[in-house]
Amino acid sequence: MYTAMRNAMVKRVLSRRSDFGEARWMSSSSWWKSVEPAPKDPILGVTEAFLADPSPDKVNVGVGAYRDDNGKPVVLDCVREAERRIAGSSFMEYLPMGGSVKMVEETLKLAYGENSELIKDKRIAAVQSLSGTGACRLFADFQKRFHPDSQIYIPVPTWSNHHNIWRDANVSQRTYHYYHPETKGLDFAGLMDDIKNAPNGSFFLLHACAHNPTGVDPTEEQWKEISYQFKVKGHFPFFDMAYQGFASGDPEKDAKAIRIFLEDGHQIGISQSYAKNMGLYGQRVGCLSLLCEDEKQAVTVKSQLQQLARPMYSNPPLHGAAMVSTILGDADLKNLWLKEVQVMANRIIGMRTALKENLEKLGSPLSWEHITNQIGMFCYSGMTPEQVDRLTNEFHIYMTRNGRISMAGVTTGNVGYLANAIHEVTKSA
Amino acid sequence: MESNGDSVFKYVTRAPDIAVYAVMVAYKEDPSPFKLNLGIGVYRTEEGKPLLLNVVRKAEKLLVNELSANKEYLPITGIAEFNKLSAKLIFGADSSAIKENRVTTVQCLSGSGSLRIGADFLAKHYHQLTVYMSQPTYANHPNFFVAAGITVKTYRYYDPTTCGLDFQGLLEDLGAASSGAIVLLQTCGHNPTGVDPSLEQWEQIRKLMRLNGLLPFFDCAYQGFVSASPDADAQPVRMFVADGGECLTALSYSKIMGLYAERVGALSIVCKTADVASRVESQLKLIIRPMYSNPPIHGASIVTAILKDREMYGEWITELKAMTDRITSMRQQLYNALHDRAIPGDWSHITKQVGMFSLTGLNAEQVAFLTKEYHIYMSSDGRINLSGLSTKTVPYLADAIHAAVTLHA
Repeated sequence: MYTAMRNAMVKRVLSRRSDFGEARWMSSSSWWKSVEPAPKDPILGVTEAFLADPSPDKVNVGVGAYRDDNGKPVVLDCVREAERRIAGSSFMEYLPMGGSVKMVEETLKLAYGENSELIKDKRIAAVQSLSGTGACRLFADFQKRFHPDSQIYIPVPTWSNHHNIWRDANVSQRTYHYYHPETKGLDFAGLMDDIKNAPNGSFFLLHACAHNPTGVDPTEEQWKEISYQFKVKGHFPFFDMAYQGFASGDPEKDAKAIRIFLEDGHQIGISQSYAKNMGLYGQRVGCLSLLCEDEKQAVTVKSQLQQLARPMYSNPPLHGAAMVSTILGDADLKNLWLKEVQVMANRIIGMRTALKENLEKLGSPLSWEHITNQIGMFCYSGMTPEQVDRLTNEFHIYMTRNGRISMAGVTTGNVGYLANAIHEVTKSA
Repeated sequence: MESNGDSVFKYVTRAPDIAVYAVMVAYKEDPSPFKLNLGIGVYRTEEGKPLLLNVVRKAEKLLVNELSANKEYLPITGIAEFNKLSAKLIFGADSSAIKENRVTTVQCLSGSGSLRIGADFLAKHYHQLTVYMSQPTYANHPNFFVAAGITVKTYRYYDPTTCGLDFQGLLEDLGAASSGAIVLLQTCGHNPTGVDPSLEQWEQIRKLMRLNGLLPFFDCAYQGFVSASPDADAQPVRMFVADGGECLTALSYSKIMGLYAERVGALSIVCKTADVASRVESQLKLIIRPMYSNPPIHGASIVTAILKDREMYGEWITELKAMTDRITSMRQQLYNALHDRAIPGDWSHITKQVGMFSLTGLNAEQVAFLTKEYHIYMSSDGRINLSGLSTKTVPYLADAIHAAVTLHA
């Protein structure tokens, strides 16, 4: 009888002429009416603006994507060949939660060393990630889960998305001195002070090479001192390595900072990305690794990293990882890749020299030494936001308002125009 | 101070194994020459092999040869054409919501990624942070919302006595839900039960939800996998959109195009006005950027190539139909085999249930028996993947069920 009563009630509810109820949801009021329009992303917004500009003279030195000397995006030959080999062959079944085992193995070798004992001893917890962003985010979530009261120390300046990543992971942030505006180089004294003054056991975000956005890297000696101080303080070093190969042209050289820390016995974390150095930007392929005490702990930590990835996207995409495995797993393709990375890095180094020389020839009153002192894809020009705005509005040159120039966007065809424009907006500075 | 010694993660404990993966591992490690894997969540052919759709292979080869293709970063919201085509697929080519620009669609990492981005958006911008999901539901469903900080509740769904829908229970629970609560609905091919509401029942659900201001969030992982017609399978979503109200949808191409590994999906949010949709889209970008910046290009490029070409679309539908026909055939064969063996119980649910999965009605003890004695693997709730069967193996399963039910009633 109770059931019958309940059934009757349900029937009444559904058949009731519910004008009030209907009106409520049929009103023009959206659940989202108070949603604010979000500000444009400072970096990706630049490319959007560039694409919308009809000027034939426009130059994009905004986003950090490599261009050849004709200003065209490049698909590496080793990548094309890898893609030809694998097209139409995969059954497309889910990767394991931790991603492609083969890809991760090869990726660890790049960071830790081809013959690393740490890899042999299986002490590294590592998972395939959605490029560098995904690796940093997984780490930030992991840090939050297991050290909920910790903070992350982030250099000033840094890639803008670093702040967003740790914020969305609900990890509070501190900053440390890094860039010295007066010298346009490293504020080493300020950096060391901040390391010493941070509470013991703090978490630090370090750029392994080719710092974004400044292009300013510590020297080998400076890295050794940083590593030593980290040991004294028991700090946790988390390396974001998005440009291995792009700094010097030699991936082994570019991993030097990481190797110094490993030699000193730090148990580090690393985010690696193939976006730039293999040109696999859109494939979103990278790796997060954490060096642990032993194999058992590595298994444990890996299980927790997978647990964090599961409610984000379940398992990572296959295609980019398959290309990486194919390239790094084949001696000839790997050699081809190493050559192509060197070509990219050398072109950028050449453009740095050309830009500096052009500015000097124009009789600029300022020093432009930093253009060739800095390394990697970016040059922190030292220009103000107002000067950058002038470059955009008067010369159709697009870059981020912090004055960061993506050297990969500079070509023999536009370096003169760029130098001239920079000279125009800075000559009376 | 600290030197080589302790890791900062010294106290991290091992995460529990995830059940469905544990079943896969157990199956793999089983040395028995005859074993049957019905625990998986992917389609298998009659030969028990994974299936790469011909149209997918074709599309992939086309893409390789497109030398001019730009492989750079996608926009944060993914491939624009992919998003348009995905919205068309789920809402219909004639959808007024699309025509009125009230829909924002963003490319995400399959259904999982779409659910998580949707959940994060709701956590940030919605006022009622409770979600109701069916009892039972896909094992990972709660995790997306918990990760976003939304409280998870359930509504009655499956009736074990009928192996069908507990419609009264569903209506009561949704009727009692807090006003404005989010309700996660599975569009078709319910995982794990295979039990879908009828269209009449969907209409009642729609009325009730709109009455109580409940926000629908549709998980669409099997559109086209139930009836072979994507339009027919999307009816529940379209009914809700037709009444002018708002909703979210998470579309996955994993099963319907066999693109599991490439993580291709789309989150759509249907809004009251175009202006709202535009603002919502801008906010979705802020959630995506600190998670992975922009989505992976490959799988979405394949989907775009297929959906935008009339001929390839037709080929896809043909291959989709072949998969669903085979599943329907397995259901019929299994039912016949159980019926022929005069196994006690009503097994009509095997053919009444739809999509890739069925809740057989076997209990945990019976499932364990099947695994131990017959090397047949399935999830402990008795869920089987119909595509894991073939004409050859149906009799084996039927015999095993006969033994299980007889010995462990």
